[in-house]
Amino acid sequence: MIVHRALRILGSAALLILVATALLWGAETRAAGAPALAASSPPTAAAGIEVKIDNFSFAPAVLEVAAGTTVTWVNHDDIPHTVVSTDKDRVFKSKTLDTDEKYSFVFAKPGRYPYFCSVHPKMTGEVVVR
Amino acid sequence: MAEIDTDSDTATAQDRILHDHNHDGVDRRGFLKCMAWAGTGTFLVLQGGVLKSYALGSTSEIGKAAAQGGLSFVQISDSHMGFNKPANTDVAATLKAAVDKINALPVAPEFLLHTGDISHLSKPEQFDTVDQILKSASAKDVFFVPGEHDVLDDDGKSYLERYGKGSRGKGWRSFDKKGVHFIGLVNVLNLKQGGLGSLGAEQLEWLEDDVKHLKSSTPIVVFAHIPLWTVYPAWGWGTDDSAQALSYLKKFGSVTVLNGHIHQVMQKVEGNVTFHTAMSTAFPQPQPGKAEGPGPMKVPAEQLRSVLGITDVNYVGGQHALALVDSTLA
Repeated sequence: MIVHRALRILGSAALLILVATALLWGAETRAAGAPALAASSPPTAAAGIEVKIDNFSFAPAVLEVAAGTTVTWVNHDDIPHTVVSTDKDRVFKSKTLDTDEKYSFVFAKPGRYPYFCSVHPKMTGEVVVR
Repeated sequence: MAEIDTDSDTATAQDRILHDHNHDGVDRRGFLKCMAWAGTGTFLVLQGGVLKSYALGSTSEIGKAAAQGGLSFVQISDSHMGFNKPANTDVAATLKAAVDKINALPVAPEFLLHTGDISHLSKPEQFDTVDQILKSASAKDVFFVPGEHDVLDDDGKSYLERYGKGSRGKGWRSFDKKGVHFIGLVNVLNLKQGGLGSLGAEQLEWLEDDVKHLKSSTPIVVFAHIPLWTVYPAWGWGTDDSAQALSYLKKFGSVTVLNGHIHQVMQKVEGNVTFHTAMSTAFPQPQPGKAEGPGPMKVPAEQLRSVLGITDVNYVGGQHALALVDSTLA
């Protein structure tokens, strides 16, 4: 019995390591700037997805979603921030978000959507819509 | 307040000062000692672009300077009216304390410079509160430049309506006081992704024209919110096109650049240019790279006022000297 349970625990641990490795692999290739979209798990469609604004950064900095997904940014900082798309047309642009304030945008069309905080332009992020 | 990091930009500035280009016999050893943070009150005199130091006990010398027909003014910065979180839930009280400090100066300043982030969220009631508090200052004239917190959501329109009288463009301006030429610059608008503060082509053109006809012996004071020297780019503490602005000021023997934004005293000397940042009246920020991000630094309540403060500036006419004194609210 005891041996059996130990084996089961070992098994789940191994699985966990596998999953963690896969996740890491995805994150690494993305960070390197390679078109590694295929390496990560399929994006969830339509479900609400959150980007955290914390310590003057967006997390995750690069977010992949399926077309039609609503992305919500939540400001956890003591300092106000904005979410402004980088392109000339400003596809999306939030008002200033004070602490705990949120901004949502529905990404209907596939594409890459880089954005930044117009108050602190060193803060940058990107939404990749598939 | 900690000591200056030996491998920072500031250290380079120190090395630079070690060379006595002017052969004027100014003792730099004493100066270097006080170069490490002026936050507790250091008295720096700029003479022909070279700094000279005094112990803060000698504030009587400032009084002497003013009595000789000098010019005295005070810089305040980053009052962030509307901010209400640790370490300061009452930024109105600390701004009042700053005004008390100003009113207690041995020599009453002729005017105040506010180097931006007047408000926390650009709200009319936040500007109202600051205006109200500053009314009780002994100096009645206040010249403002905006911080990024003052131009949220409307590209600085409401800021300009309130504080822009007599200014050009998006709020930049120049004026003369007792032979000193003051230039207020705006570097918090139209910021580009991944970039730093920005002055923009229109303002740079105006600046070039503004100083073109001035004699090179005219002392220049430039004030702007974000530092016009690169303090720490990773946190956005610098201005992308500041080098161009400074190139127009090369001919002048004495240039003093006063900034805010980083909520701590930092100083650097480069040739005839002295760069100086002021403390906030609201909350401190960490030293560059000493925290995960540049957000408000939380300090024990009893320490708060020792990391907030004002900068008193005195110009001694005819002696080509500007003295900067940083004093905390403690």
